[in-house]
Amino acid sequence: MTDVNRNPLIDWALRLYVLACFAFVFAPIAASFVFSFNEDRFPSLPLGGFSTEWYRAVAADPLVWDGLWNTLVAGVAVSLAATVLGFGAAYTDYRYRFFGKTVYLALALIPPTIPVVIMGLAMLAFLSRIGLSGLSWSVILAHIVICAPFAMAIVRLRLSQIDPDLEAAAWNLGASEWQAMAHVILPFARPAILAAFFITMAVSFDEFAIAWFVSGLNETLPVKVLGFLQGQVSPRINVIGTFVFLASMTLVILAQLLLFRRPAPEPNP
Amino acid sequence: MQDLDLTIQKGEFLAIMGSSGCGKTTTLRMLAGLEAPTEGEIRLRGQRINDLPTWSRDTPMVWQSLALFPFLNVRENVEFSLRMRGMASAERKRRAMHWLDRLQIAEFAERDVTQLSGGQRQRVALARSLVTEPEILLLDEPLSALDAHLKVRMQAVLADLQRQLGITFVYVTHSHSEAFSMADRVVIMSRGRIEQVGSPRDIHGAPRTRFVAEFLGSANIFSGKVIGRDGAHAVVETASGRLRVDPAARALSAGEPVTFTVSGDRVSLSATPPAGDLNVIQAKVVSEEFVGATTTVHMEAADGTELKAQKSHAELAQIEIRTGQPVFVSWPVQQAHLLPAAA
Repeated sequence: MTDVNRNPLIDWALRLYVLACFAFVFAPIAASFVFSFNEDRFPSLPLGGFSTEWYRAVAADPLVWDGLWNTLVAGVAVSLAATVLGFGAAYTDYRYRFFGKTVYLALALIPPTIPVVIMGLAMLAFLSRIGLSGLSWSVILAHIVICAPFAMAIVRLRLSQIDPDLEAAAWNLGASEWQAMAHVILPFARPAILAAFFITMAVSFDEFAIAWFVSGLNETLPVKVLGFLQGQVSPRINVIGTFVFLASMTLVILAQLLLFRRPAPEPNP
Repeated sequence: MQDLDLTIQKGEFLAIMGSSGCGKTTTLRMLAGLEAPTEGEIRLRGQRINDLPTWSRDTPMVWQSLALFPFLNVRENVEFSLRMRGMASAERKRRAMHWLDRLQIAEFAERDVTQLSGGQRQRVALARSLVTEPEILLLDEPLSALDAHLKVRMQAVLADLQRQLGITFVYVTHSHSEAFSMADRVVIMSRGRIEQVGSPRDIHGAPRTRFVAEFLGSANIFSGKVIGRDGAHAVVETASGRLRVDPAARALSAGEPVTFTVSGDRVSLSATPPAGDLNVIQAKVVSEEFVGATTTVHMEAADGTELKAQKSHAELAQIEIRTGQPVFVSWPVQQAHLLPAAA
């Protein structure tokens, strides 16, 4: 089918442009992926033979397993707590009108806009003062602070789409406030809640700067990677990078699928 | 809202109407417990229910937006209030299906509510509210989203349902035709006050205030001062000339300001001055408006007063109606309705 309103030349140029953008973004990641299977120690061309040696090396390294375990524990704990907090904040915004609400919203959304180095330093200073720095808790606490606003923003977007009569209709049909929450608000917001869970987990997985400041001996994987890099250049970094990339992408794509699922067909008039 | 005093009879179909912002929806929401009056009492069967939260009231409402739960299918929507009351699943389903059947949408029970047409969604909303078999049903402009022919059909469904079930319907609308065709009694509200309560026939025949007469829109309204008597009739000096009116039981003294209305379907139009004992005003045709089998002729008297006449097409065939055409508007004296003094 030809469309007389479109210029084929411009169409092709735009396609090329999009391809170029993707190439720019993904080339380093792709390179890391390719070199993770390269038998040479240094990333140089031409490539040496195919090898899974570095994967075996990573799998055999207890430090990597340690870091991965810390990252996983922190990721799950952070995403659970941040999603609960974010939902609470978003629901407060949806349901109530009160004095100072604008300030409340601004404060709730501020943490991700603070430079991470400053955030990390501040966290370290604060947590060490109250005796919580360097514990397995420390990274979790710090990450909840930066992740909860993401969860709030995602859930808030969904709640802004709800028919404002829906909750009152549930009360009117005999649901107590808790029942209405469980049977109307939560089911309605479920896709956004799950998306918030995955996104916050991805943010926690990737976050490096704050974790570097507060993690102490309980280093998460990104902090470990920096340690490796400072010690030696090793293709193991490529292996870990590939894994972290795959894990984060999976979480983000899951969240996108939940958030942008095709809406239900419009009702007939 | 001010000084609202209204008693709703068990089993009646009460329509509350008024223009937007008049307090009709607020009244309904106070009955449902979604808004609280600053003072005064709301009673149900003589019991004060002011402090009863909405979920303990059993005053289900049909919402203007319908407010169906989009993540539940049709049957689950209808079962909702039974589920909230902890009823077992089999019994819930049986009752929900009974109501879906009664509203003739049982075949859609397992569909998503988003897959239904406007009329079907309307029926789901009704079934959902009726499934607990409440004594009273509140309806907030439930038909406003439907197109004209569907509206008329749903009116019939609603009126039948109310008569069969014998439960009280409180129906808020801004539509004359909905209120006057279905309701036993109509409440007309303006700026948070009740202007008039009565049967559709009473309100139409005898509006109590100028607001009601204007709101109904079908009557010609004249205001003026009494200047004397002509036999049994009072003579009123109005902007459109001297008109005679039947004082009914009122003793009108000279100089007293009065307002009276003449329904648009009670006036006659003619090209030449009519003979007989009539009030006559000369006017010019402004426009014609076809409303089904009748035509409303809008006219303007010499002083600018708007006049209107509702006539069948056959009646109008006798006289030429063109914009700017002079016509004589006349009515027998006793056809005018004098508004009570307070107005």
